[in-house]
Amino acid sequence: MTMTQLAAFGILISLAFVATAAPIAPQAFKLDNGLTLIVQEDHRAPVVVSQLWYKTGASYEHAGITGISHLLEHMMFKGTANHGPGEFSRLIAREGGRENAFTGRDYTAYFQRLEKSRLGVALELEADRMRHLRLDGAELEKERQVVLEERRLRTEDNPRALTNEAFYATAFQTSPYRHPIIGWQQDIQAISIDDLRAWYRRWYAPDNAVLVIAGDVKTQAIRELVEHHFGAIPATTTVPVVVREEVPQRGAKRLQVAAPARLPYLLLGYKSPSLKTAAEPWEAYALTMLAGILDGDDSSRLARELVRGSEIAAGASASYSLYQRLDSLLVLGATPAANTEMPALEQALRNQVTKLRDEAVSERELARIKTQVIAGNVYERDSIFYQAMQLGMLETIGLGWQRRDEFVAGVSAITAAQVQAVARKYLRPEHATVAVLKPQQMDGDEHGK
Amino acid sequence: MASKRCGILAGWPKLLIVGLLCLSGTAYALPTIEHWQTASGARVLFVAARELPMVDFSVVFDAGSARDGDRPGTARFTNALLMEGAGGLDSDRIAERFSELGARVSTWSERDMAGLDARMLSDPQQLDTTVSLVSLILQRPDFPPQAVARVRKQMLTALENDEQSPGSRGSKAFYQKLYGTHPYGSSSGGTPTALQQLQRGDLEIFHARYYSAANALISIVGDLSRSEAEALAEKLASALPTGEAAATLTQAPETTQAQELHISHPSSQAHILLGQHGMRRGDPDYFPLYVGNHILGGNGLNSRISQEVREKRGLAYSAYSYFLPMRVEGPFLLGLQTRNSQKDEAIAVLKETLENFVHNGPDESALAAAKQNLIGGFALRLDSNKKILGYLRMIGFYNLPLDYLARFSQNIRELTVEKIREAFQRRIHPEHLLQVVVGPTSSEQPKRP
Repeated sequence: MTMTQLAAFGILISLAFVATAAPIAPQAFKLDNGLTLIVQEDHRAPVVVSQLWYKTGASYEHAGITGISHLLEHMMFKGTANHGPGEFSRLIAREGGRENAFTGRDYTAYFQRLEKSRLGVALELEADRMRHLRLDGAELEKERQVVLEERRLRTEDNPRALTNEAFYATAFQTSPYRHPIIGWQQDIQAISIDDLRAWYRRWYAPDNAVLVIAGDVKTQAIRELVEHHFGAIPATTTVPVVVREEVPQRGAKRLQVAAPARLPYLLLGYKSPSLKTAAEPWEAYALTMLAGILDGDDSSRLARELVRGSEIAAGASASYSLYQRLDSLLVLGATPAANTEMPALEQALRNQVTKLRDEAVSERELARIKTQVIAGNVYERDSIFYQAMQLGMLETIGLGWQRRDEFVAGVSAITAAQVQAVARKYLRPEHATVAVLKPQQMDGDEHGK
Repeated sequence: MASKRCGILAGWPKLLIVGLLCLSGTAYALPTIEHWQTASGARVLFVAARELPMVDFSVVFDAGSARDGDRPGTARFTNALLMEGAGGLDSDRIAERFSELGARVSTWSERDMAGLDARMLSDPQQLDTTVSLVSLILQRPDFPPQAVARVRKQMLTALENDEQSPGSRGSKAFYQKLYGTHPYGSSSGGTPTALQQLQRGDLEIFHARYYSAANALISIVGDLSRSEAEALAEKLASALPTGEAAATLTQAPETTQAQELHISHPSSQAHILLGQHGMRRGDPDYFPLYVGNHILGGNGLNSRISQEVREKRGLAYSAYSYFLPMRVEGPFLLGLQTRNSQKDEAIAVLKETLENFVHNGPDESALAAAKQNLIGGFALRLDSNKKILGYLRMIGFYNLPLDYLARFSQNIRELTVEKIREAFQRRIHPEHLLQVVVGPTSSEQPKRP
């Protein structure tokens, strides 16, 4: 991006200034067995992050075994042929490390954060559990209960989470994004040790994995260290899952969720492509811009017009996921202000959508989002974990880690006409799904003993 | 492992340092903390971090809800209005200006502290404009009547939101019961009655009393020279009234008998909190209690509580203990969530684990592992500007020694099993615990499995 382009956008931030902070470019390698390695050097602090991403997650699952990716993630800490249950965590802790894992719709990932000289032990243990996990029936029964408790905690007892879960299950008809990442309760109860073994064998393989190492390291030394620990794993050929695409939505959908709650809640979502599925990449960047116009910060439309201006909402948000494997949703969510009826709140959100379709956004609004994006690109470098996350996610969903660096230019190039074009194309009333949380009475009082 | 660690470090230029590094385990220079006072008397802590062209600062006042007096919510209400209008600029203009600068500014309040965090690029002109606007917000908030009315409604809605969460209800009840009429007993979010009573003038008075230089701490981390940081701090503090430091908080009364409280909530899980008074920041027992708790319930799945509750029995997803050190004794808490039918078993396991720990102390191997974890992972505490800022805030606000970080590892290395056991036996009284349970009463069936 040149200074003249910026001047045309009216951006206040000097890009030349920001460019002095250009990061060291990541480098990627492929081992003979198919493992992808991405190294991001960042020498600000003597630490290192290792993230091992597997191309599997909730969107790879089918009815009956939903939640299996997440359950397997839990079982990955239960030991291998070489290490007992919990030993992984103990060994990392002994090295001063912190470790955990996370499961998403499109990935399952394992990470360690360590002082930089101690990476070896993490790689040794990750390489070991890539192929040698010991899946034990008794351990599964305990962990199944843990995951059921996790589901109660996160979803069953949380009215908004319940609403959100039902919302996705309704909005998507055939896409696997209709399933919750943690899985439906009955599936969590029914998954067998053999199901887990099959899932593990199928997806936990070097050619289906992406290892991201970021921090105060030397790329060549990391390459040798990774080769040392992972190189001996035999090559694999993972057969990708056949994607069941979402069928076109033929008409608006509407649902209510009745749950014990004090506050109503509304979700309004529109089927939208991700950067991976968009016919043209600019459409995805225009949707990112559109979400920013609605809810980029306190100056954005939802905060300014619905929370402050008309005071219809106590809180309102908009979100869009640029980096997903499959088509996604652009979602507006809101909690009504004390005296607002739900139909009025819904109408206010719909009016916001209509305005985006009918009117071009102002150059000032566009410029603000672009400024935030450019500044955000500097701020996110304060966290090597976040940098590694971006690289791993992009590579895992099949876009390629190189796409990370097109984000600023991609969003900065978006025009008001393009925002309006995606609003008209995707924010269509007949492609909307509306979920309303209807609070049910919560009786409760205190009993001292 | 040890030889390998030193081998990597041997690549460093100064061999003498290498020898020290391998001995001490702190393998790099600590951030140098500079400190001074502004002309108006505000204290300043500063760490120069020149790698990224950005600056983080926070201005913290001893103006948290501990200063609410008999009107719970005053501190947060006041703090929430800072960005709603200042020096004649309304909330829309303030939000737009920060947005156009690419700056991220937010206000927050807790029991001890209330303040403002800001992140911006270090480009001199943008920095200057951002800092000017922040000083206006801190020094000349307008408390516009309409914004006062709206924020009041939003805070009331937030209270409703708390009521539908068993976790929030439990936490509020715990503090209420444990601290009674002590300033920590009320919740920072206030009560419906107090929020209805509070008038604009009350907020102005609170602001005038507590948002003063003598009551302020400015922490800065980022791409600035000392003189630039001094100029920044002067600008933030120059127009603050000199004022006087907030009065010393009274000690919280000790609990001398066990208490049980049950709160009926239509959830599938029971949320369990056990605890008592813990410790304050700068407590002479800080390190034995902190490290002891790390072994007991503060180190994730490796902790004893997690092992007993989750790994051995599958009773909960999350089971933990922690000290929350505050200005005066903050709480010591143990907690978990489990399906209601097995809550008695879970409580018994939690109590027994604590009793055993207090009685016997940690075993030698667990202490050795904890030391390795905390000392070996020390670098991870300081690997971003954001984390360093957090430490500056804590060290400055609680008047901890400026060599707190430099002495951290040594303080841990010196601990023994006896010191930890002795401190726990003196400070922790399993027979006097407060127990709060939120969930269905025994006779009720939960609405969901």
